[in-house]
Amino acid sequence: MAFEYAPAPESRSIVDLQSSYGLFIDGAFVDTTDGRSFKSVSPATEEVLAEITEAGPGDVDRAVKAARRAHTRVWGPMSGAERAKYLYRIARILQERARELAVLESLDNGKPIKESRDVDVPLVAAYFFYYAGWADKLGYAGFGPNPKSLGVAGQVIPWNFPLLMLAWKIAPALACGNTVVLKPAETTSLTALAFAEICQQADLPPGVVNIVTGAGDTGRALVEHDDVDKVAFTGSTEVGKAIARAVAGTDKKVTLELGGKAANIVFDDAPIDQAIEGIVNGIFFNQGHVCCAGSRLLVQESVADEVLDRLKRRMATLRVGDPLDKNTDVGAINSAEQLAKIRALSEVGEAEGAERWSAPCELPERGFWFPPTIFTGVSQAHRIAREEIFGPVLSVLTFRTPAEAVEKANNTPFGLSAGVWTDKGSRILWMANQLRAGVVWANTFNRFDPTSPFGGYKESGYGREGGRHGLEAYLNA
Amino acid sequence: MGVSGETYTDGVTSVLPTTAGVDEATRSESSLRRFLHGLPGVDQVGAEARAASLATRSIKTTAKSWAIDLAISMIDLTTLEGQDTPGKVRALCAKAKAPDPADPTCPQVAAICVYPDMVPIAKQALGSSGIRVASVATAFPSGRAALDIKLADTADAVAAGADEIDMVIDRGAFLSGRYQAVFDEIVAIKEAAARPEGADKGSAHLKVILETGELVTYDNVRRASWLAMLAGADFIKTSTGKIQPAATLPVTLVMLEAVRDFRDTTGRQVGVKPAGGIRTSKDAIRNLVLVNETAGDDWLDPDWFRIGASSLLNDLLMQRTKISTGRYSGPDYFTLD
Repeated sequence: MAFEYAPAPESRSIVDLQSSYGLFIDGAFVDTTDGRSFKSVSPATEEVLAEITEAGPGDVDRAVKAARRAHTRVWGPMSGAERAKYLYRIARILQERARELAVLESLDNGKPIKESRDVDVPLVAAYFFYYAGWADKLGYAGFGPNPKSLGVAGQVIPWNFPLLMLAWKIAPALACGNTVVLKPAETTSLTALAFAEICQQADLPPGVVNIVTGAGDTGRALVEHDDVDKVAFTGSTEVGKAIARAVAGTDKKVTLELGGKAANIVFDDAPIDQAIEGIVNGIFFNQGHVCCAGSRLLVQESVADEVLDRLKRRMATLRVGDPLDKNTDVGAINSAEQLAKIRALSEVGEAEGAERWSAPCELPERGFWFPPTIFTGVSQAHRIAREEIFGPVLSVLTFRTPAEAVEKANNTPFGLSAGVWTDKGSRILWMANQLRAGVVWANTFNRFDPTSPFGGYKESGYGREGGRHGLEAYLNA
Repeated sequence: MGVSGETYTDGVTSVLPTTAGVDEATRSESSLRRFLHGLPGVDQVGAEARAASLATRSIKTTAKSWAIDLAISMIDLTTLEGQDTPGKVRALCAKAKAPDPADPTCPQVAAICVYPDMVPIAKQALGSSGIRVASVATAFPSGRAALDIKLADTADAVAAGADEIDMVIDRGAFLSGRYQAVFDEIVAIKEAAARPEGADKGSAHLKVILETGELVTYDNVRRASWLAMLAGADFIKTSTGKIQPAATLPVTLVMLEAVRDFRDTTGRQVGVKPAGGIRTSKDAIRNLVLVNETAGDDWLDPDWFRIGASSLLNDLLMQRTKISTGRYSGPDYFTLD
């Protein structure tokens, strides 16, 4: 290539990493009483970033007690207008520290800085601003004249959008008057801990937000804790089912946002150049670590060859590498474990007879990497068309008529999102009515906004987050 | 819902025009219209988002130096004013030959762009420098004149030695759907730009100005691009510089997609020239990034990509000096011509 972009790394110096982190309970960073510690690595280099505490059941209990106290004494009785002030303050501090948070997120998660800088962090602030606005208007949200908070929310979030998922969970919970104990994913704790600092900076009353780091056992202790009133989980369908079983028979309210296998449907009259961008954005955004990723491309058979040629040409321009380089399009896979899963399912795809093509790109030697990949000749019966890969791997299927497209799109245990690409407005409306998916994007993909509810059908979970609808999960409505 | 199970009988089986489709397109007025309206649509939101996303590319150090020199070598240094005089044009030509008099490693620009009456002055001033002379023609900028006047305008410029002709399309005809009229006019101007065999130089290259600020929609930009290329354009150019908006990034993106697809279909490569509104080095580099990631390497050359500009050159020179010396110089260290 004639035009070689020189490295343009975002500086790490803005981030002040500590060698070890405690738990954030009752407004202070504290040591564990019955837990252990583990190392958090940068997936791009395998460099150890910090020692993180794995909270034990005793730690979780302390956190829940602190949250309960804060709910009873301070946050619950506080007027909505006062709560809003705290949320606005948090939102402003998030904006002020945006660059630091973006660098930290890219370091810890492996996602490209252009995404953490231009998507994740701006959305995080936007969710806080949005829900701050609701805090004193809950009586007008359609859930009765004076809806009450639930109490203590136990929230468990995934590693794909660490800070954004925190915002989706904490902002509506706090706006509605609940207090929270949040457990970030074990591979991506750092921005949640930075958020804890922001809570201190904003003078948020102690105990309103508690962060307990750790892995599955910590999450289980939190979800199963007797004094938690509300459980909110985003993550795999497998864990989601376990949580649903664990809370069955209790009076805990639950929302689950789980996996997906979204169809991105391209008709022959689609605005083709934008559709190619939408396919790329649908599956390679955030390395495909997106529950609503457009991981099944359904393309009308009459134009399939040309769409694939153009898609491959476009994929060859994707820049894979250092997440902190401002020109990187696709970063690192979040963990060795996830990389192994992506590799295993890709091998299944080949064994099942689908044809594999990967973008020509040099992958760094250290760290966890997988090239942007498509499988063609995939049928509905293949595992790579049915199971969530959660990586930069696209399965390509074809269809002949709109009815067949709908049938194939809906023929999945999931139902989180879908995309429709056509210049015909009437077809977009018809498709949107037929598709059993929580979000249907028309001539775009992977767009998020705090005013829009988000959630799934079937095994993609239940409950809605975002928008006015997202308040319901945190209100006694 | 009545559209369930609808099937397609309109024979749309290709996203891109085929070679056969291109041959068929120019047979009659109705087939030309059918062809242009059969081109895939452009989604405005998506095109603008793509251009905005490419605009965030961070071009630093060695890449920036390379891009600045390339951008200088792609400039059509332009003066198109009623107040143009031989003195002004000569000064511009001097600047074109040695943009930075203090640094002989600074590349020359690609061409000087002037009104037809200034062509002889520019030819003489540029001499054997290799810098080309582009002349606007065809009742620039509005294009509102009878065909014979446009042809005479073009012939004058060619006779005076213009190497390139920048014509404007008849936007009124285009917007009223008279595509054949636009097509025929481009073909006629192309003929007028030809030099007889045995002349001391080849025919003048034809740049076709779409004036995208008056076409408004990206669908129109795509159609006008194909129309111009089918009629024989050597270059498609965004704007006259007299209408706002001029060369926006999404418009240039759509035109780069058009030349890329046209070559895929016909094998013939056509150049692109954004003109108007590109004033800073950052703007210029963003354009080069668009070229790089849309049409590719083959267009990263002054033969295939030009930037129509006047004030841009000094900003590029300022950045160039900053890179070599580590300091910004004041505007008085760069010549105003």
